[in-house]
Amino acid sequence: MEDKQLITHRQTSKTQYYTFAFPPDELTLESEEKLGPVTLAYETYGELDAEKSNAVLIAHALTGDTHVAGQDGWWGNLIGPAKGIDTNKYFVICSNVIGGCKGSTGPSSINPKTKKPFGLTFPLISISDMVEAQKQLIEYLGIVKLLSVVGGSMGGMQVLQWMLSHPNKIQSAIPIATTLKHTPQQIAFNEVGRQAVMSDPDWKKGDYYDSVPPSKGLAIARMIGHITYMSDTSMNEKFGRKTRANKEPFKFSADYEVEGYLRYRGDNFVKRFDANSYLYLTKAIDNFNLLNGHSLSSIFKGLKAKVMVLAFKSDWLYPAYQSQEIVKACKLAGVDASYCEITSTYGHDSFLLETGQETQLIGNFLNAVANGNSNGNHT
Amino acid sequence: MTKQTHPIEHKVITSWITSGASVLDLGCGDGELLSLLIETKQVHAQGVELSEQAISNCVTVGLSVFQQDIDTGLTDYAEKSFDYVILNQTLQQVKKPDFAIKEALRVGKKVIIGFPNFCYITDRFQIFFRGKVPVSASLPYEWYDTPNLHFLSIADFKEYCKRNLVTVESSVFISKNRKVRFLPNLFGEVGLFLVSK
Repeated sequence: MEDKQLITHRQTSKTQYYTFAFPPDELTLESEEKLGPVTLAYETYGELDAEKSNAVLIAHALTGDTHVAGQDGWWGNLIGPAKGIDTNKYFVICSNVIGGCKGSTGPSSINPKTKKPFGLTFPLISISDMVEAQKQLIEYLGIVKLLSVVGGSMGGMQVLQWMLSHPNKIQSAIPIATTLKHTPQQIAFNEVGRQAVMSDPDWKKGDYYDSVPPSKGLAIARMIGHITYMSDTSMNEKFGRKTRANKEPFKFSADYEVEGYLRYRGDNFVKRFDANSYLYLTKAIDNFNLLNGHSLSSIFKGLKAKVMVLAFKSDWLYPAYQSQEIVKACKLAGVDASYCEITSTYGHDSFLLETGQETQLIGNFLNAVANGNSNGNHT
Repeated sequence: MTKQTHPIEHKVITSWITSGASVLDLGCGDGELLSLLIETKQVHAQGVELSEQAISNCVTVGLSVFQQDIDTGLTDYAEKSFDYVILNQTLQQVKKPDFAIKEALRVGKKVIIGFPNFCYITDRFQIFFRGKVPVSASLPYEWYDTPNLHFLSIADFKEYCKRNLVTVESSVFISKNRKVRFLPNLFGEVGLFLVSK
């Protein structure tokens, strides 16, 4: 039955929905709270082969969605026909995380018990919860083992969680610009973003769905986010000290282009993102700690998957030393791994914008995995 | 890293390595040697390399390779965690050769070191008659544009081993893709050593 359904996926990018965990079989979250039913929005690209062995799961970052490829796809430069992740060869799946607001169950969804949006009654979500939901989707699609799971930033955390929680369900993994655990600096930036949202009078303790959303607070959170995603160099190149042509008479108007850019990005963001989701997802990122109760040498013990860790030289939000820590954990566990620190000036945004080296590395790596090339590290 | 290797160098190195061994190649380039060792000796291979492009080439053939600067040490690796550590045509390009050798000897049970001999006969001729720093097949760079930071001879390396109590288990000297047995410090273009401590 599922096979027939899958044939229709092909090169489509239409959002589909899978609902599971109906009561009384709700999804038990890491917090031990129960959530159900759970809906995951997802898109697929390419065709699943007869052996169901060519599936690549893409895990999105904080504000990403299911639309990973095709026109306006957020990773369209990497994924598509004849691209790094070639949809002529691979069946690409991208689902919106739980807690999100792009079609999957999150704080803006209707609580079936109250018939009203969850708001803050929505349970806290963890990276591990996101992965458990993805696993349900993968099983529903009939896939026993993913060829690869790929993601940057928060997506990279999901990749690491897959490596820890379901090592036998992945043939390879590519964590990009990510970390085993958030540092105080990373938590600090997220906290300022959350404070911006929660200090907006329109936030109303998360209960704003029948009135005006806390747009100003969320826009400021996004502005802070954008600063951390860029680099000194990339901001210099993009804006310099250029001023805008049509200045307003107000003393503190957005005179410089960088100010106008941040305001524009902030204002645009609130049209497409839910403020409560922003709170829940940034909290999930901050709480992420793969080493929780484990030693560095033990987390990936016995992992048979091939791993490629990527970092970017100009990324100061997720600095390369954090990726090197992941690499170290792989080395200590004897995992077949590779590591490259890619030259790029875009800062943390590099993983989305760097089209050359990253694409080449991922394409080559997946090819080697798919062709079963191995360096003999089977111990 | 830029490498100038004779095909026979890889043959000699391969002959020193036992089947199924674990091998760490420091400065593995495009992974040519590691691929050969996997094919012929079924080794468990790992490479360390600085160049992004070289890493990409290694990834293409399925090699495990880490971008790392050998000068910062091999801190992630435990004592004697590899059967062999290879420093082929790498030593003359690192900032601290002494540190690199010691780190290699720490993590490897045996270490294979290969380098161009600076006292090869044609190099000596160039210095003696032309009064110029040698530019040759094994040292193909001008002084102002060379990755080579250190120049050593086969005799220099033997003396280093003696002074540092490093055991030379085997050595082979090569010139024009052939083994040299007579006066290697004069007629050997490249020195290859299998050492341990």
